[in-house]
Amino acid sequence: MQFAFLIHESPEAWETRPRDQSDPYVAAWRSYYKAVVAAGVYVGGNPLEVPETATVLRVVDGKMQIQDGPFADTKEQLAGILVIEVPSLDEALEWGARCPVTSMGALEIRPLAPATHRKITE
Amino acid sequence: MSIDAAASPDRAIERVARESYGRLVAYLSVRTGDVASAEDALSEAMIRALASWPRDGVPGSPEAWLLSTARHALIDMMRRQRVALATAESASLLRRPDREPGFPDERLKLLFICAHPAIDSAIHTPLMLQTVLGLDAARIASAFLISPKTMGQRLVRAKTKIRSGGLRFEIPERRHLPQRLQAVLEAIYAAFGIAWDEAGADESGRDLAEEAVWLARMVLQLLPHEAEVYGLLALMLHCEARRAARRGANGEYIPLARQDPTRWSAALIDEAEQLLVKAAQFRRPGRFQWEAAIQSVHAERIRGRATDWHGIACFYEQLARLSRGLGARTGYAAAIAKCNGPQAGLAVLDEIEKTSERSLFTVYQPFWAVRAHLLEASGKRIEALEAYDMAIGLSRDAAVREFLHGERAKILSPAV
Repeated sequence: MQFAFLIHESPEAWETRPRDQSDPYVAAWRSYYKAVVAAGVYVGGNPLEVPETATVLRVVDGKMQIQDGPFADTKEQLAGILVIEVPSLDEALEWGARCPVTSMGALEIRPLAPATHRKITE
Repeated sequence: MSIDAAASPDRAIERVARESYGRLVAYLSVRTGDVASAEDALSEAMIRALASWPRDGVPGSPEAWLLSTARHALIDMMRRQRVALATAESASLLRRPDREPGFPDERLKLLFICAHPAIDSAIHTPLMLQTVLGLDAARIASAFLISPKTMGQRLVRAKTKIRSGGLRFEIPERRHLPQRLQAVLEAIYAAFGIAWDEAGADESGRDLAEEAVWLARMVLQLLPHEAEVYGLLALMLHCEARRAARRGANGEYIPLARQDPTRWSAALIDEAEQLLVKAAQFRRPGRFQWEAAIQSVHAERIRGRATDWHGIACFYEQLARLSRGLGARTGYAAAIAKCNGPQAGLAVLDEIEKTSERSLFTVYQPFWAVRAHLLEASGKRIEALEAYDMAIGLSRDAAVREFLHGERAKILSPAV
């Protein structure tokens, strides 16, 4: 089963972005990524640029509306996505507990929706 | 049980709930063979207490009041659901008014049911925490890293099995006792282990450790002739003794080797040692006694003595013979390295790698932490860096991650 880890970071975590691997949070991510790959559960993923770089599009009253800034105006912002493949939610939660973000924000774990994916892609 | 009548009714309910919950659930469920409805009846009794105690005052014997109310709730529930009572006897026992101030302590039978071989061993501890200690499912779920919904479903499934699977509420016969007791003790220790891992994170971890110690004390009181019960309690008290020393002033992780023994609790260590001596008198060694013995050797530092690593290696060997578990074998590797040098320890780790499932040791954090340390000690810097990455990546605790990150950084800049 594949699960998406939606990584929501607090402002303190975002501040570590420009730092190098001597920062414990950056280093923890580096090690976590290695462990995920070594365990053979890694499917894919990427960090996202800072929320201020976001652009949101939606049609309002038939007109395209474009806004600068992130979709949700919250303290913790989506900072990246990781997709892993494990037998069940139990194992996904184990990997979630090891994820460095849990002490610097929050981690949302969601199963991917393969049935919906098929409807769209077939 | 003494309850301060002047205390607020809410506090009184809280206290009865804490001190008597397990006894009440055990008493009711042993008589009906149904844990789930005993819990429902008890929570209904608690709700009624919340309504009536503030109005009418806290009864003289709150426990008897709760039992009697729960008993009536149970009879009502059975009538409503038209559930056939397990036996005519259970019905009469339930109906009998509760006049005696005390009632038999059936918690041991409840513990044996929770750790019954017919129940999935992964749910033994959650079941115990819920039925004997009254912990709520959401708290248990977080501790076990399981979603609250899933945990709820698994608990319900286990209780259904208890009710309809013909499981008997009993103290196992002599010949089955050691094996059945082992399952009970393993479940108690699992609760302690979770608290141990959690301890750095928040104060709630501490509660679970205390609950586990409390359960072990209860089992010891009810089964005073079982060596392994003494062993388990000794093991947990040895670990508890070091709680304060495991973290620095700023919450940083301090490994055992660098802990200041003057911060250990001498009283807890003494109690653990006495329990271990008592256990040895039965001449029936087992897993918990070996583990407690290892901690006992470490505890020698409080008396200013150096650690006897040969003794520790020998105890780990005994443990590994019992279980072949990764924990015992990794501990053995670390101890052997202390005796015969890092190469000897690495050889043991290589052996683990060859003989275990890849999926097991690749995600076993202590394996990588020990390996990283031994590789570093034998001058294999590149491999050590990689092993540290694995150990950091598999840690759940931010303080442990930071500690390992610091160790790893020392390889990169040895001058520090």
